[in-house]
Order: sequence, then structure tokens, then C-alpha cells
Amino acid sequence: MSAWTLIDAWIVATAILTALSCALLGNFLLVRRLSMMGDAITHAVLPGLAIAFLVTGSRDTAPMLIGAAVAGVLTAVLTQFISHAGRVEESASMGVVFTTLFALGLVLMVRAADKVDLDASCVLYGALELTPLDTVRLGGFDVPRAFVINAAALALNACVIGLLYKEFLVGAFDPMLSAAQGFRPQLMHQALMVLTAVTAVASFETVGSILVVAMLIVPAAAARLMTQRMPSMIAWSLLIAAASSVLGHLGAIEAPGWFGFRETSTAGMMAVAAGGWFGVALLFAPEQGLLAQALRRVGLRFRIGLEDALASLYRHEEARPAFRAGPSDFWLRRLWRRGLAEPGSKGWTLTARGRARAVELVRTHRLWERYLVDAANVRPDQAHHASERLEHITSSDLLDGLDTALDRPARDPHGRVIPRDSRPAP
Amino acid sequence: MTWPWSIHTPPAGPEHAASAAVSIHDMTVAYHRKPVLWDVDLDIPEGRLVAVIGPNGAGKSTLIKAVLGLVKAVSGDVRIFGEPLERRRAWIGYVPQRESVDWDFPVSALDVVAMGLYREIGWFRRVRAPHRARSLDALTRVGMESFADRQISQLSGGQQQRVFLARALVQDARLYFMDEPLAGVDAATEQVIIRLLRELRDAGRTVVVVHHDLQTVQEYFDHVIMLNTRVVAAGPTAEVFHRDNLHKTYGGRLTLLEQAAQAVADTAGR
Amino acid sequence: MADWGLVARSLMHSDAAGHWWRTLSMQDYNTRVVAAGVALLGAACGAVGAFMVLRRKALFGDAISHATLPGIGLAFILATAMGLPGKHLPILLAGAACTALVGMGVILLLRHRTRLPEDAALGIVLSVFFGAGVALLGVIQQMQGASAAGLESFIYGKTASMLAEDGRRIAICAAMLAAVCAMLFKEFRALCFDPAFARAQGWPVRALDAAMMGMVVAATVIGLQAVGLMLVVALLIVPPAAARFWTDDLRAMVLTSAALGAGSGVVGALWSAMEPNWPAGGVIVLVAAAAFIVSMLFGRARGVLHRFAAHLRLERRVDRQHVLRAMYEAGEQGREAAARSAADLARSGVVPPRRLARALAGLKREGALARLPDDRWILTPAGRALAARVVRNHRLWELYLIRYAAIAPTHVDRDADMIEHVLGHDMVAELERIMDSAGAQALHLESPHRIAPAGEGR
Repeated sequence: MSAWTLIDAWIVATAILTALSCALLGNFLLVRRLSMMGDAITHAVLPGLAIAFLVTGSRDTAPMLIGAAVAGVLTAVLTQFISHAGRVEESASMGVVFTTLFALGLVLMVRAADKVDLDASCVLYGALELTPLDTVRLGGFDVPRAFVINAAALALNACVIGLLYKEFLVGAFDPMLSAAQGFRPQLMHQALMVLTAVTAVASFETVGSILVVAMLIVPAAAARLMTQRMPSMIAWSLLIAAASSVLGHLGAIEAPGWFGFRETSTAGMMAVAAGGWFGVALLFAPEQGLLAQALRRVGLRFRIGLEDALASLYRHEEARPAFRAGPSDFWLRRLWRRGLAEPGSKGWTLTARGRARAVELVRTHRLWERYLVDAANVRPDQAHHASERLEHITSSDLLDGLDTALDRPARDPHGRVIPRDSRPAP
Repeated sequence: MTWPWSIHTPPAGPEHAASAAVSIHDMTVAYHRKPVLWDVDLDIPEGRLVAVIGPNGAGKSTLIKAVLGLVKAVSGDVRIFGEPLERRRAWIGYVPQRESVDWDFPVSALDVVAMGLYREIGWFRRVRAPHRARSLDALTRVGMESFADRQISQLSGGQQQRVFLARALVQDARLYFMDEPLAGVDAATEQVIIRLLRELRDAGRTVVVVHHDLQTVQEYFDHVIMLNTRVVAAGPTAEVFHRDNLHKTYGGRLTLLEQAAQAVADTAGR
Repeated sequence: MADWGLVARSLMHSDAAGHWWRTLSMQDYNTRVVAAGVALLGAACGAVGAFMVLRRKALFGDAISHATLPGIGLAFILATAMGLPGKHLPILLAGAACTALVGMGVILLLRHRTRLPEDAALGIVLSVFFGAGVALLGVIQQMQGASAAGLESFIYGKTASMLAEDGRRIAICAAMLAAVCAMLFKEFRALCFDPAFARAQGWPVRALDAAMMGMVVAATVIGLQAVGLMLVVALLIVPPAAARFWTDDLRAMVLTSAALGAGSGVVGALWSAMEPNWPAGGVIVLVAAAAFIVSMLFGRARGVLHRFAAHLRLERRVDRQHVLRAMYEAGEQGREAAARSAADLARSGVVPPRRLARALAGLKREGALARLPDDRWILTPAGRALAARVVRNHRLWELYLIRYAAIAPTHVDRDADMIEHVLGHDMVAELERIMDSAGAQALHLESPHRIAPAGEGR
């Protein structure tokens, strides 16, 4: 680590506060399918900032906050208005509103460029690296102003979400119930939009809009992959947000050094770091991760292979050796290891336990064939393939149901006996 | 004065029967430009198990949503136990259609049931242990206590419906509205739900159920509202649920009608 | 192949302290190139965007356009490392297309393999890719002086720096996109309207989906230079959303959208050419937004005013019909001369009181009602005929509801003037036969309104 200074500590601390307050809101945006509203609001505050500049001629925090908050809320309100009055689909209406407002902001900024020093890219990237230079005296310490502002935003979000957690929850899950209970879901929606706008504005100056969007969406999405419950999802998202901030700053000052450069944008790297954590969650999340999904699929395929080998041995015992090629050594050895089959003098035979299981499988297969041909009018040659799949996923209840529905048939459509118990086939 | 479709004639004049749980006077509801419900005049008596039946698109769900103020009526007046809706919200429990929510939502079955208590808990306050205990109680009543911690997407359709029912139970309301609680559920769930509905009725609650299965109307419900964009008939099942009214409600759809006629005949012979 | 000197000169111009506009205002030819280029771009984006808006995937373009930034940065770094001119536009655009395609792949992966809502997938790609792009630009800024400053122009666009060569590239791309749109129009229509049906028909839905997204990538990439990645998404959303107000037909919507996009491009480009202090990208979007507002208000198919006027017309016609019915039915019940006072009508609640006066005045103007000296109203002979028709239609509808309700209660449009138009002559003839054979009995089917005896309110 090259030179981790007090400045770096302030930068990371400020970034963490921003990330936490965004990620907290992001959970509710995600479950309401409003993630892109975060993106829209952060773009659309540009004209608010520009107008605040033009009116006051200064870059004071207060007018900027107000201008941006108004623009943010306007985005949400206009989106709803256009989608309702014009019957435009919500995401299209959102797209119309925020791109228009953003373009308006750009034009205003260029028009005003000679009056105030205002740069649109500052809104995009922020100036996180410079935050420690602009300080206020607080209790005898010099604290970066951005740190104070973001701490206030985080406190506000934590208070509102803490107090209204269940109201937000029911409003997001079941707006009908929420309305029937008198909780005003529409009002809650607007409140969420106002919070998002205020948070975006508070973070703007320092971290820029990319990081706001990234922290609104990515940690919550990663957390959603990790868990199925809202409280733990919130906890995960906060953890991931904080970890992204630390990792992002490290990446910004360290990674370019590997290629012979100095450092790069901390905000950009924090977004990348959040993406990295999301990638980790996507791969390794316990139930919903790609790896877990793949393992489940492999496990299922393995079981099916084993069961096919078992059934095939049984069919050999039925003295129809031409019916099907025998299972491969690979599967036979695995059957042996599980005590389902054993090598004998005349080749492989089923053990008692193996036979019981095999009978069940073959019985299932042939009952399904019977059922598909008799009740579903499937051609007998097609019934085999369907039964091949069904036999692996049929519960014993369903099997009994099939048996009863077919009036306990003795033979399958190909004329083979449907076995009923585990005695060796005649 | 003629009112040929209704054997159950609502009392004349704006004042309704004192025993009515719900009184709807001259309500019209429209989506966009087409009226969905026309001139609904209806009294739902207290302490009954009430079915709302009618073909698809007849406005059954709309009737319930309009009574609950979830869709705005163009005109008309609704009274709940003689008072406007806002004063009676606490007395009402609502079970929406199962498809109306996102079942991937990151909450457990118990969380969903506890939502029924939110109104009682009130703004700003948190869900505490006693609330959770009551929610678990309600889950037990629908036979779902062992699924309390399951995420809701891991439940089957019937189980999800039972969770919704438990959420209504925990509200301990005097008047319940349920939108197709028996649609697409397994036989076991149907029995559980019907048993609970009867318990509620026997405890003096009024339960209004949107129902789609004509064959079971007579068996399950003691009051029926036959709806097809307007009220065709409303009254005790034994009085209004007959072929003539069914014909007026469902038109010439004979397969359904034959089933129902069979059901009517079976019950009559009993 | 390309004219390096021209590119270098234009970049030098454009880098010269932001005075790009001077180049533009000096030469008329340039303005023509820019206008034509932007028009073609607007048309291509408008056409492609129409499908995306209809598929409710309007914001897909937003994610894709942001995902181009790291590609631009990477292409610049790689090209410079290999000794190629890093700022050669085709190289940069190729890089942009690469990461945009990767972004598209990630979106598809998240959509098919996770339960995350689609908009979260868009947001993830948007923010992470863009963050990576910003980080790369931060590094590039340290390469060989400040030569990377030009790369930032891709964020906000640099319309005026467009050369004939760029115009040609846009033209070729736009022509290809138009050709694909035309060739796959039927398939895209099926995909927009009902993907499940398209799949059931055996169409390769996923491939079509990818093709459509690929078209968005292409349109976005060629738009980068002209309007920048922040605003190219506007061209993909605003014109199609505006076009939707004018037509209910997909083909017409695609064409209208392309025309609106082209028009906004030309007007915006010319405006900013004439008025130096107006950035072209922003102005183009604002012009498109103005077109959207006009369309939303005045659009002939779904515009707000159009719908409002239709609603008012409907309301008035229904009010008049209600009054006519009330008068006619009072006559049927044998009330003396069937004259009724306004107060009496208001009490019976056929029409809300505040709309009653207008309905009565309207009917009087039409000659259907006359006012008696004692201020009561009565049907004129013409009005009686009119009312008879209204009542007949009404009863036929009731009969239809009773006979065929289960088939199509949603088809019932009770306010339709000519019942035959909705139900067809055969059906009406049959209903009339039923009504006649039922005789007096059927007359009691007339109304779910209870008709109160004279003098008594409801």
C-alpha cells in the first residue's frame, strides 16, 4: 500500500456514508421495480442545479440542494403524470422525462457557462478526491463538508426507513392491501422519490451521479441474490456498499500503478468494485448463484444417470438383453460403491436394495407409458421418451394415483410386465 | 313499479336495512370509457357467507374493489355497517387475487401474515413478538405453521392462498372481502378454506367471496349475488340460485348451466 | 483507406479550446453534412426505438449507451499501445460496440438466470460499465499529455465535428437498420405483440430478441459522436413515444417515429449551427421533447385532448339518451301527457343535476324536446321517434346480455348509437324477433333503473 493518509481515510469515510445511504434506499427501489428511477432522478437533477446557479449565481449548498430536490421530485411526478394522462408505459415515460430534463440542464449550463463556473462532468464524476480540502469546524475538528452533508443524508434515510419500514414494505409488496389499510401507498411512493432525490443531491457534489446510481442499484441487487428476506437483504446491501467503497478507493490508487499510471477516478472505481462484488454474489450466492444452480443441475443429472443404470440392469435381468446396451463401467462402479449392484461370476447383478429401487423406477416408467398412451393419446413410440424424464421426478403418491387411475394395469403398451414388488423378474 | 330480475327487492328509498353489513346504492363504475358496473343497488346482510358469481368480465372483482375504494366509482354511495368506508376501514379484511402481488418478494410467509396487523399496529410502530405470535397462530389455523419461515415463492399456489387467508384472519375483521380464494387451489386447501369461512360466519362475521365454481355455490354459501355488469339477482341461495337467474347471468353458456342445473337438482332431491 | 489528415485536422480544430462551433458556422457544406447525418441518425433511432418502446424495454438503450464508454477507453488504450492512431473514430466505435455487446450479454444473462427484475439488470450494467469507463478515462488522461480530452466528447456528443466520412458511415448504418426493420417487420411485430405466441409459432424468439437488441447497439454506437451517449437514448425513446399518440398501427408508428426523429435532428442541428451557444445534442433532444408534448396534447389516436373530447362527447350523448329514455318510459307508464319538470327529472337521478340543464338544452336545440308554458318538458314527435330508437336499442342490448352475456359481456357498448354496427344485422334481427314474440313480457326488461311512481323520488 503506497501512502494511505488521513486524506484517503476521509475520502473513504465520505464514500462509505454515501454508499450506505444510497444502498439503503436501493433495497426498496429494487423490490418496487423502480431501480431505473434512481438513474432517471440523478440525471434529471441537472437542470435543477443549473437553475439554482443561474438564480443565485453561486455554488452554495442550500440553493443547489433545493433546486436539485425539486427537479428530482419533478421527475417522479412528471413520469407518473405522463404515464397516466398519456397512457404511456411507465419506463418509456420515465425515459422521456429524464432525457428531456437532462438535455435542458446541458443547454442551460452551456448557455450560462460565461456567468458561472459550472461543469456537467463534475456532476457526473464528482470530485471525491477533493472533498478533504473543503472542511468545516465541527466540535473543534476540521471535518470535510461533504462528510457532514452525507452523514446528514444517511441519518435522514435511516430514520425514515427505520420508522416507516413496515409501511414501505407493505406498500411495495401489496399496494392494494396497503391502500385498504389506509397507509396511502401513493404517498409512500412519493416519499421514496423525495428521499432518492435528496440523497442523490447530497452525494452529487462529492461522488457524482455514476456512483449514486451504482450504489442505489448494485448493492441491493447483489444482496437480493444472497438472501430471500428483506432485513438480511438490507444488511447485505449495506455491507456490500461499504466494501465497494473501500475496495474502490484502493483500486483507484493502486490498480493504475500496475500499468505505470498514477491514480484514477475513485468514484468510477467504486462503481466497478460494486460490480465486482455483484459478480461474486452472482457466481457464489448460496441458492440463487450460478454455481449453486449448476451444482444442482449436475446433481440431478448424476442421479438420473445412476437411476438409468439401475433400471437398465433390471431390464437385463428380465432376460431381454437385446433391449438395451448395458450401463457403462463408470455407472456400474458407482452403483457398486452405493451397494446397489455387485459384480458376480456372470456379470453384474442387482443387490436386494438395488432391485427394490429398480423395480420402483421401472414400474414408474411403464405406468407412465401406459398412462400417456391410454389417457393422453400419445403414440407408444413417443411415450418412451416422455416417461424417461417423468420417472425421475414422480413422487410415490403420484405413482399410486397413476396406478389407481389406470386400474392397476399388468402390462405397459409394449407388452412388458409392470412389476409390483422386488422379486426377481420372471 | 317493476323489478323483474330480482326476487330479493331492496327496500325502497335511500335508507337501508339496519342489519346490512354493506349497502350499495346506485353505484356505477367505469374503466376508461366503458361502464363495468351499472346502477348497482345491493344490501349484503350481516353474518352470512356470500358468493359473488357471474361470467368473466362481469365486474365481480370490480365490485369488491369499488366497495373498498380501490377503484373510484363514477357515482353511487357505499355504506359499511351504516357508515362511510373511511370510518369503518378497521372492520374490513381483504384478500386480493393471488396474481395481484409479486411472489418473488423477499419476505417469509410469517411476514406476509403479519402485514394483516399493520393497521392495528399503526404508523411508525414496529412488529413485535406478540404480533408475530398472533401471526403464527393464524398460520396454524390454516395448517401452514411449519412453513412460517419459508420465502413465499417456495410455496405452492394453494399454500400461497392459505397464507393470504391467514393474513385476513389475523386482522380479526367483522367483514371480509375475498377475491377468488378458491381459484386454482388443491382440494385440501379448498377444504381448509371452506372450513375457515364457515368458522368465520359462525362467529358472526360477514364474508363476501368472489366465486367461480357454480357447482359448489349451494354447498358452500348461504347468500348469493349474481352479477353481470348489473345485479341480476341477490338473496338467500335457496331463493335466487335457480336456473332462470343463472340463465340471465350467464346467458346461453350451456355447459356451465347444465352443471349448475345438475347441482340444483341434486340439492333439491336431498 | 481513410483520410487521416482530415481526421487529424478536424480533431485539432475541435480540440482548439472548445471553439468547434466556429468551424461549423464558417462552412455551409459542413452544416449540410451535419444536418443530413443527424437526420439519418434520428430516423434510424426512431425506427428501432419504436419496437423497444412497444416491448416495454425503452430503457434498454440507456444501459447500452452507457456501456459503450469503457469500450471507447479500451480501444483508445489498445490502439495507442499498438501504435495506431488512438483517436481514429472507427476504432473507437468498434470498441464501443464491443463493450455494448458485452453489456447486452450481461443483461440477457441476468434476465434468464436470476430473479432480479429486468430494470435492476439494466441499472447494474449501466452504472458498472459507465464507472469502468470513467476510471479508464481517468487513466487515459495521464497518457501523453491531455490528448484524451476529445474522448469525453462521446459523453455529451460533438455534433459539429461530423465530417462527410462520418455522415457516410451513419448513412450506411441507417440504411442497414432500415433494411433489417423492413425484412423482419412481421417477426418483430409478433415479438412486440405476443412473444409467447411467436415462440409457439416456432419462431426463434431469442434470436429475434438479440437481433432487435443488436440494432439498438448499432443505432447507439453511430449516435455516440453526434449526440453523445447521454442523449442518444433520448432519440431511442422520445420520438417513438410521441409517435404512439398519432397512430395505433405499428407500421405507421415506426414511420412516424423515424420522421419525428429525423425532423428533431435537422431542426436541432440547424438551430445550434445558427446560434453558437446552443449545444446541438441538447437542442436536438429538446426539439424532440417539444414534439412529444405537442403529440401528447394533439395526437389523433391517443392524444390527451382527443381522448378528453371523445369522453365529453360520450358523456353528453349518454346524458341525452338517459333523458330521452326517462321521458319515453314515463310516457309508457301512461302518465298524463308524459310531461316532466326539470326538478322531477333531477330527482329521479337519470342524469347528475349539474349536467341535466345542458342535456335538456341540447335536446331542445335538436328539436327533440319542447318546453311547455308551465316549464315542464315534453317530447316532440321527432323526439318521440328518437327516444323510441334509443329505448329499442337499449332493450336489445339487455336482451343480448341475457341471451349471450357469457360470450362477450365486454363487447357490450350500450351507448353505441347503432346497435347493428356492433352486433351485426343478423343478430339484431334475431333479438327483435325474440323481443316481439315475448310481447308485453319483454317490455318489462327495459331497465335496471327502478322507475318510481309519479311524484315520488327514488
